[in-house]
Amino acid sequence: MNEQLFIRIIFFGITALLPFYLYRAVRGPNVFDRLIGLNAISTKAILMLVLIGASMNQLDMLLDISLGYGLLNLVGGLAVSKYLEKKEVPL
Amino acid sequence: MILLSAPLILAGFFFLLIAAIGALRLPDFYTRSHALGVTDTLGTLLILTGVALLHGFRPETVKIFLIVLFFYFANPVITHVLFRAALRSGLKPWTAKKEQP
Repeated sequence: MNEQLFIRIIFFGITALLPFYLYRAVRGPNVFDRLIGLNAISTKAILMLVLIGASMNQLDMLLDISLGYGLLNLVGGLAVSKYLEKKEVPL
Repeated sequence: MILLSAPLILAGFFFLLIAAIGALRLPDFYTRSHALGVTDTLGTLLILTGVALLHGFRPETVKIFLIVLFFYFANPVITHVLFRAALRSGLKPWTAKKEQP
């Protein structure tokens, strides 16, 4: 009971951190700032899935979903950065 | 187990807070990628290890350590590839203004 309250407090703390990254993803001066803010938000989504699973005692179901999110983040980041490598700096 | 895992989770949250402040305050893409690539990875790994220790020794713990191992390689790779793409496409690094001699 006490451990679940602690995990929920940490979960709401991470939720309060998200507007900083969202500001960087919306108001970044060029496209690389937006991409790195989006990467950080995706990392926080995986972390929040693991914390939800730990606070609801359903960790076995949510861990597979979080691993899938991580793989999608890796493949998407690699593809977009290989695409942007040959261009000029777009705004 | 909570005595062992609560300092890990609190230290991870502290590193995530530092990464968020660095993403908001630093002046350039390269410095921001330094803040978001290094500190964010460390905070995520600490929080995941703390949750795995809090959960006890069950079969799901192995899967949490698989996610930890995946993040230990995946997050610096994405940051490095973005950094290299920015450098090759000609983004100038931020430098301090030179003082008048």
